[in-house]
Amino acid sequence: MQYEIINTGGSPAFEDSHALLTQGQAKASTLVIVGNQAGLAFRQLSQPQRYTLILIELGLECLGTHTGESRGQEGSQILGFSRFRLGEAPSTNLVELVRQPQSVESAILTAKALLEAKGLQVSVCADFAGRILNRLIRPYYNGALTRLDEGLASADDLDMTLKLGLGYPEGPITLLERTGLQHHFKATQALFEAYGQSAYAPARRARVAYERAQFASLSASEGPPKKGQS
Amino acid sequence: MHSIKTVGVAGSGTMGAGIAIVAARAGYKTIVFDRDQSALDRARQQTQGFFAKSVERKKLTQEKVDSILNGLTSTTRLEDMAQCDIVIEAVFENLKVKHDIFAQLNLVCPPQTLFASNTSTLSITEIAAGSGRDENFVGMHFCLPAQLMKLVEMSPGLRTRTETFDAAWEFCLALGQIPVKTKDNPGFILNYFLVPFNNDAIRLVEAGVAEPADIDRAIKSALGYPMGPLELLDLVGLDTHWLVAEALYSSTHEPRAAAPALVKRMIAAGQLGRKTGQGFYSYKTNAMFGG
Ligand SMILES: NC(=O)c1ccc[n+]([C@@H]2O[C@H](COP(=O)([O-])OP(=O)(O)OC[C@H]3O[C@@H](n4cnc5c(N)ncnc54)[C@H](O)[C@@H]3O)[C@@H](O)[C@H]2O)c1
Repeated sequence: MQYEIINTGGSPAFEDSHALLTQGQAKASTLVIVGNQAGLAFRQLSQPQRYTLILIELGLECLGTHTGESRGQEGSQILGFSRFRLGEAPSTNLVELVRQPQSVESAILTAKALLEAKGLQVSVCADFAGRILNRLIRPYYNGALTRLDEGLASADDLDMTLKLGLGYPEGPITLLERTGLQHHFKATQALFEAYGQSAYAPARRARVAYERAQFASLSASEGPPKKGQS
Repeated sequence: MHSIKTVGVAGSGTMGAGIAIVAARAGYKTIVFDRDQSALDRARQQTQGFFAKSVERKKLTQEKVDSILNGLTSTTRLEDMAQCDIVIEAVFENLKVKHDIFAQLNLVCPPQTLFASNTSTLSITEIAAGSGRDENFVGMHFCLPAQLMKLVEMSPGLRTRTETFDAAWEFCLALGQIPVKTKDNPGFILNYFLVPFNNDAIRLVEAGVAEPADIDRAIKSALGYPMGPLELLDLVGLDTHWLVAEALYSSTHEPRAAAPALVKRMIAAGQLGRKTGQGFYSYKTNAMFGG
């Protein structure tokens, strides 16, 4: 399947060497825009109607931020997508393909086929903050961190219970510390702002990790303290 | 020091039958009590089938199985539980039913007999309070299916003696199980995390965020879970999920623990999951497709 690609750089989940980014063609009726400025690049397109499918890589924002929306009737050949990645872990192969109420069904099918041809798995979802995965895992992670603080069980026992009892490949505490608790903080904070539900409120441990990461980046930019400075 | 030689299991349903297999297989003399003879008969049949498979798969010899089955008896007479050094209770998930049976066991069993409950959502302290021996009482929450799953969540009640808890812990290890210690907290660890997580997945379906298959695929593919939440719910049964969720919600009042309205509607429509052929997925069409 042929497609054009615009890579604005700094994709949150794709390496520049990924097949999706390297196999674009010069002229095609499908356009894929990736990178941390994908939405901006889309809004600067002079002729978006030229394409039968445009895929915009999303960060935490909704697709509607780029397409505009009205009366719950929004939707066209423009779709969003986000490849799931947990903090510093390598990206997963799961892509959340974001549609709107009136999205063109054939565009959704084409998008699925295109992404699957690049070895990715696709879950279609509506245009809600947190989509599928963040909506489900962030409250669970916050709960695990909070319960650890409250002494429900030790970190090892919490992890072992969830692994042995539910067959999860890794317990939540090990997983979060491995992938960076500070990243969990940012993801869940965004959902807390969007929904105002306490389940999304960042757990204390996540906030602490985030604050420590802030100190670390501050002192890195300031350099070591000089003698005589207070 | 407790020395456990004879194990009692009260309640011969899904869990009781599995726990009895675990105890007998570990070499304990095991007595299963149920007030319903047909439940005992059913369990005996399932147990024989289970061990026949173990022989077939060469996990156990026929000789070993014969000796295990010799050590595993059942009764409808509560007095027969008098010989037990520990009684693990797995009757209905209802505080009054559990209080009643423990109160009767308390009259029959010697004072040193340990009492344990396999409750999923009730408080160990509360059950213990009606047992007549709250200091000699622990929570031992096995996972389904007990004969295959190694994990046991173990919780002391507020008045459980350390010595009692330690003895139960040693016993759990001797069963060949893996105990983890948790507080006497609603849902312990597993259900405390699993039930709200599953409810959240139902809410995504309810709100039209995604189809069940898309949600399950995302969870399995991105996180490596063996099953997605909605296929798991279909397996557990929406009626059972509703009961557990309501029990958890009534003790925690955490909004995520409450079963979403869709669950009630699905139950009313007979869409209980695999057992009725329709839940979040349709199994009728699958069966026809495969057949
Ligand atoms: N099913 C699960 O997934 C699961 C997992 C872990 C723990 N549990 C807990 O285990 C317990 C039993 O659950 P189950 O699924 O095996 O239930 P079940 O309905 O399959 O079996 C209960 C058995 O207890 C017997 N019983 C009821 N009242 C009795 C009484 N007063 N005296 C003697 N026998 C009595 C019934 O005849 C029945 O055979 C519950 O507390 C449940 O919360 C269940």
